[in-house]
Order: sequence, then C-alpha cells, then structure tokens
Amino acid sequence: MCTLAHVFEAAGLATVSLISVRDVAERMRPPRALYAEFPLGRPLGKPLDPDYQRGVLDAAFALLDAEAGPVLEDFPDVITSEVENAVACSLPPRHDPSLPPAVDEARALRDAYDRAVEATGRTSVGRVIDADGIPDALAAFARIVDGTEWMEAGLPGFGIDTVHDIRAYYEELCPELAGGVPDAWASEHWFYDETEAGKLIQAARRAMRDQGAPQMLWFYMAPVVRDPDK
Amino acid sequence: MSLNNDVAMRAMAAALPVPEFDGTPWTEPPPLSEATVAICTTAGLHLDSEHGWEPNEDPSYQMLPSDARNLVLDHWSPNFDRVGIAADLNVAYPADRLEEMVDEGVIGAIGPNHVSFTGNQDDTVAKVRLETGPAAAAELKAQGIDVVLLTPV
Repeated sequence: MCTLAHVFEAAGLATVSLISVRDVAERMRPPRALYAEFPLGRPLGKPLDPDYQRGVLDAAFALLDAEAGPVLEDFPDVITSEVENAVACSLPPRHDPSLPPAVDEARALRDAYDRAVEATGRTSVGRVIDADGIPDALAAFARIVDGTEWMEAGLPGFGIDTVHDIRAYYEELCPELAGGVPDAWASEHWFYDETEAGKLIQAARRAMRDQGAPQMLWFYMAPVVRDPDK
Repeated sequence: MSLNNDVAMRAMAAALPVPEFDGTPWTEPPPLSEATVAICTTAGLHLDSEHGWEPNEDPSYQMLPSDARNLVLDHWSPNFDRVGIAADLNVAYPADRLEEMVDEGVIGAIGPNHVSFTGNQDDTVAKVRLETGPAAAAELKAQGIDVVLLTPV
C-alpha cells in the first residue's frame, strides 16, 4: 500500500493512504497517510455504518490540504477487536451420521448461505469451487485427516485457496445466523473453534504438515497466530 | 476471553522488511471539490465475471468499473477480518461513500474505474514498484484521475 502511494504520487497522482500498521508507514513515509487503529480488514472502521465511514474519509481527504509531506496523522477513534463473547451462531444438529460431521454441517447451512447471497447480491466463494463444491472439498480434507496423502485426497485446489472458499461460505452466512455483523475476529474464532469445518481444517493443516506438504500450502489454512499443534 | 489477533498481526507486519525510497514524492492536488477521485485497494477485488489472482506474489492489477458492485474478495490471506467486507464492501472499498460525496459537491467526480491489487507480495515488491504500479498509475492518469484513495486490508 505504501509502495503504491510512492509510485502513484511520483507519476503525478495525489494520494491519500489509509494505514493499518503505523510502524510500516513511519518507515516508508508515503506522502499523506491516516493511521486508524481498526481491525485489520476494516480500514473504514465499521461495516454498515455510513456515517462512521464518512468520518474516516473526511479525515483522510483533509490531508490533501497539507502544503508539504510526508504527513502521517492518527484517526482519533480506536476500535479494538477485544470482545468478551464469541459470536452466537447456532449450528445445525447432525442430520446424516454417515457423513463426516463437517460435510453434514456444510450441507445443512446451505439455506443460510443462499439467504446471505440474496441479501448482498454477491459472493466470494468461487476461487476454486462454488457453493455446491463445499461439501466435497470438506470430504477431501476429512480423507487427509484419515490418512490419505494430501495429493491423492481429491482437493479441488491447493489447501489455501480451497480454505478461502470454505471460509467465505461460512463468513458470508455467519451474519445470517448471528442476526448481524459480528465483531472482527469473533467470526474467525467461531469458524475455527466452533464449527466442524473449522476444526476439520485445523486437523487437516496438521496432517498436511506431517505428510510433508509444502508449508505454503498448509500453514496459511489458518491465521498465523494459530499454533498448528493446538 | 480475548479475541484480538490484530495486536499479534501488527507486530508481525512491523517486523517485516519494507522497500526503501529516496525521499517522498509530492503532487499538488486540485481542490477536492474539483478533483476526480479513484480508489486503489489491495483486497484483491475483481468482477465476478473475471478471474482472480495467482495464489502468491501476483503483482498484477485489475481495473474495476466504478459503478460495479458485483465484486469478489480474492485475497485469500486468513490474517485479516473478512466478515466485515462480506457484509459491506464499503468498509474496505468505499465506492458508495465517494458517490455520496460527489452528490454533496465535496468531491468533484469519480473516475470511470477504481483499481485493485492484492496482498501477499514478496518483500521487495519490485514488480509492483517498477512495472505494474507505474502501469496502473498511467492508466489512471489517462482516465483523468487527480487523487487516489488507497485502502489496505
């Protein structure tokens, strides 16, 4: 982001950068930067809050009045991801005990996913599989956990981009189950700690590591702060 | 219970090497009320009819028609919150907010396109710095853009 600010400004475009890691902006010195201590992934602060987002934009564009740079200012409000309660998304009961739990769960959540897509008009499921492919992808991860070599398990893509689609499926339906947009990271904890899909992916992450899969393909199947052995 | 991963993620990001530049370039903007503005995001957004980025260190960019909202989040990193964007693109890509600011006369105009890169770049960011970044800048300049708002994820 700071690199692009330098490149664009040098090409004759005036830039204003929203900054999520202050230390990087201090070292790279982009022309005009507004640091906001918001959850990573939410540089405008609050989803579905146009007034709050507008306040951030007003503060950012005000930097265009500076006569010289670099300028690095702090947005006065801070939003932390510290929350006391995990997101309350009730999960469906087991329906077909013959299926791996994650596969059964994903199938049962399809209606909630369809409602979410209808509400927003878009989906980010589709990097390597669409929503119809989610149960089969989870079945492939279940086979890896059960001992099948990861290259023979029928994964539709690499580990990381298959997980991207599975997570998008769950992240998009999560507000439907929770009755609103969860706090940042609350849904991440819900996914990896509460859902069968998330628990399976963590188990598959360990299994792929132990099978000698390239680190790039298994490590980023979960946030880097998650210890593969826990 | 603490659910805050951002502290750890910011500490890790702060420890990464970054490109060094000789000085800071400076372009004098026109008044915002007369400026044509575009967004540049690194969220890896693309039209749902287009392909996304390669899984790692893909320096390319995609132009996004500024009236399009059928956009897909392609940045696969698990290290940022994605539910906010799933529910409201504006929390990372404030296209609707900018249009409102045009309607109010705060911003002069929105360009025909916004632009997206994706994260997961190598530490040198050499291709973005020397090839694709300048190419995107040239396209935006040719489209009459004066000011670019850069938004990270």
